[in-house]
Amino acid sequence: MSVLAVAARPVGRLTTPQAIGVLGIVLGLVSVWLTLPPIHARGLGWPAVFAILALAAAITSITRGGGRVGWGAAATAILGVSLGIAAQQSGIENLDLVFAWSVLLGATLRYATPLAFAAMGGLFSERSGVVNIGLEGMMLMGAFFGFYATDRFDNWVLGVLVAMLAGAALAVVHAFFCIHLRADQIVVGTGINFLALGITGYAFVDLYGEQGSPTDVPTVGSPSLDFVGRIPDVSIGPVEFGGTFLQAVFGDLNWMIWMSFVVLILTYVVLFRTSLGLRIRAVGEHPRAADTVGISVYGIRYGAVITSGALAALGGAYLSVGDVNLFDQNLTGGRGFIAIAAIIFGNWRPFGAYAACLLFGFSSALGDRLPAYFAQGSATPLLFNTLPYVLTLIAVAGVIGRSIPPASIGRPYAKQ
Amino acid sequence: MSDSAAGGSAQPPQGEPGGYAPSVAERFSAFQRAGGLVVPIMTTVLAFFIAGLVVLVTTGSNPLSTYRAIFEGTGLTWFFHPGSYSVHVPFTDSTVWFPFNTNGLESPPTASSRAAYALQQTLLLTTTLIFTGLAVAFAFRCGLFNIGGQGQYIAGSLAAVWVGSSFASMAQFPHVVLGIAAAALAGALLAGIAGFLKATVGAHEVVVTIMLNWIMFWTGQWLLGSDGPLNANIATSTSEDVADSGKIPTFWGLGILQGAHVGIFMGIAALVVYAIVLNRTTLGYEVRAVGHSPDAARYGGISVARSYFLAMAIAGAFAGIGGSMDVLGWEYRVAASTISLSTIGFLGIAVALLGRNTAIGTGLAALLFGALLTGTSQRNLDPEVFKPELASNLTLLIQGLVVLFVGADLLILYAWNARKKLKRGEAPPPAQPEPAS
Repeated sequence: MSVLAVAARPVGRLTTPQAIGVLGIVLGLVSVWLTLPPIHARGLGWPAVFAILALAAAITSITRGGGRVGWGAAATAILGVSLGIAAQQSGIENLDLVFAWSVLLGATLRYATPLAFAAMGGLFSERSGVVNIGLEGMMLMGAFFGFYATDRFDNWVLGVLVAMLAGAALAVVHAFFCIHLRADQIVVGTGINFLALGITGYAFVDLYGEQGSPTDVPTVGSPSLDFVGRIPDVSIGPVEFGGTFLQAVFGDLNWMIWMSFVVLILTYVVLFRTSLGLRIRAVGEHPRAADTVGISVYGIRYGAVITSGALAALGGAYLSVGDVNLFDQNLTGGRGFIAIAAIIFGNWRPFGAYAACLLFGFSSALGDRLPAYFAQGSATPLLFNTLPYVLTLIAVAGVIGRSIPPASIGRPYAKQ
Repeated sequence: MSDSAAGGSAQPPQGEPGGYAPSVAERFSAFQRAGGLVVPIMTTVLAFFIAGLVVLVTTGSNPLSTYRAIFEGTGLTWFFHPGSYSVHVPFTDSTVWFPFNTNGLESPPTASSRAAYALQQTLLLTTTLIFTGLAVAFAFRCGLFNIGGQGQYIAGSLAAVWVGSSFASMAQFPHVVLGIAAAALAGALLAGIAGFLKATVGAHEVVVTIMLNWIMFWTGQWLLGSDGPLNANIATSTSEDVADSGKIPTFWGLGILQGAHVGIFMGIAALVVYAIVLNRTTLGYEVRAVGHSPDAARYGGISVARSYFLAMAIAGAFAGIGGSMDVLGWEYRVAASTISLSTIGFLGIAVALLGRNTAIGTGLAALLFGALLTGTSQRNLDPEVFKPELASNLTLLIQGLVVLFVGADLLILYAWNARKKLKRGEAPPPAQPEPAS
């Protein structure tokens, strides 16, 4: 009997409105993908079949209260048909050039990683009830001090550790002003961003002077993943530079990208599967109640904010040490704000936020390759960069299922 | 608060024999009364002090001489060089006696002419900062945090450069007015989105304005990019130049050399308008009431939604005008790189906070930051004393500290309480135990 119940649980999970919504999204994506390389379906037949199936899943999901996921499925279905038609207007060569899946997916992961670190950090802070507009500044601290320490010690592991310390140090300031001094958290976060811009810019000019960023700084290493090449190929598209498809996507990812997957899972486990996570969420939803049952509201909030600083700094360090391998003033260029957008779009949930990071990363990766469709040096693909922000606006406007923040977010708590 | 203060003075003080000590509530009310002036000044002094320590520790140079060089770079030393000069009377050919040297282009340059030249740039930045500061302050008084001043500023400057570079056949006065009006409208529309979403679905204005900032940023990059509609020079990604008729007249110095334009008077007028609208009109009353307590305002029959929308739209109009001041006043064009480097809209947050959202305070804070920006610029700071690249980051540092400290008025109360405890410790131990609070 109990065995049956356990076996039935996953089946039950698969028929929830959310699961049907996810199925709809997948079907909608398939209908787009059919028209793209390597299948290049012409005519409306198969894409339309999948789009209709997606729409059916969407309607089922919405009518059963699937909310955002259901509406997302409906949007994908409609988008699927229109994008499918658009793709058929375009030449096959261009499609092959833009949708080199192996490159696109690899680039998506690379773009998503700094966002994911910062978003996971922001989740800790915001779930504990402290708004963290200062994510951008904390990333910037990590980017500079990670780079500087890597340069100094000639070792990226130490560099990344120093980056986390630097981000955590700035987060302590944020926490002290927000928690003990009960200042307006958004104002403090804004100040933190200016402060980080000033500190890193000042230190950069002071330490590196006119020469600018050195070019001989070690970069983050990659694990050797030769076995990936021996896995039977499951290609969904052409590979540009030889090797198998999986090799092209996963073979070249550095340690920090793998670390971001670990951080994602740890964030989920800590926040939703441990008593510590329950405390963090309790403090974010109803601090007085949490205080009454003996949870230290201040302690939890300090811990959460400092964790968020350290994680955001990891994202910054990924940019400077793990990706472009240099530092420049304001290197992060607003990625901390995209991370905030991802948190909101992902409805303050780890996997939701990570999915948003992947979506935003994919739009950046696609924006890099889209110029094939435009004249040489055209500025139009720049508009692709607005996608994260537009989607977040739609999410907060509640057009497709409103994002609901933790109940006590942004409210300072006064101990009794 | 007044209750406890009255209670404290009506009864003889208890607890500490031998002396009268004001209650915490009385201290707090004193702090509130004095806070109008004390907090901003203490904040500024503290921020400059910490930045001075940074200078001392990192470069070993004397912070005072650094600050002195920055101060000389601001052009405010102009007032220290009185002499016998003459100044041109507007609309006539005659000149009258004037105690200061107004010629910023004397050759070879003297101390007074160099200061005159620098002061013109301080005035330029002060003008823009007044507007971006008011954009934050007005929304603040309605209980909204408009963090989108930067986006509204970009929207305004793009609208201004479009109007300014088109319609070249218009007369100057209507052309300039049209340019400023277009900028105000663009800023108001952008901020209005945030106000509308706040009013209708309750979307948090901070999130919405941050998103709008970046949407505007990338839209600007596209508009000015190689094949964008506003692009006139593919190599530099710049717009068409503003026509002569679209330029705000310069009253001091030469327009092409970044002379001061009459926008500063518009800025001062805007401060007056801000104070009047807020304190003497129904709209201002409603905005302040909503800012104080939305629920009480709603109970009093005020449309909270309408106030939110109008407050954001007016705030956006201020920031948009700020954009037109820069474009029509001295830049005369917009480049994609200017948009990505500009932070003057964000600086408006520091201006408004330091000015405690009042008209006079905003004006003074705008002057402070305008002078600081000018004094630390590549052009005005003596590189032998301090590197301008370092100094401009010092400005960011000071700006961050100011925002942090102003955000935490409680910090001052903390110091106050700590001092009180310290005094208690020094005095002979009182008989009564400290009440557990």
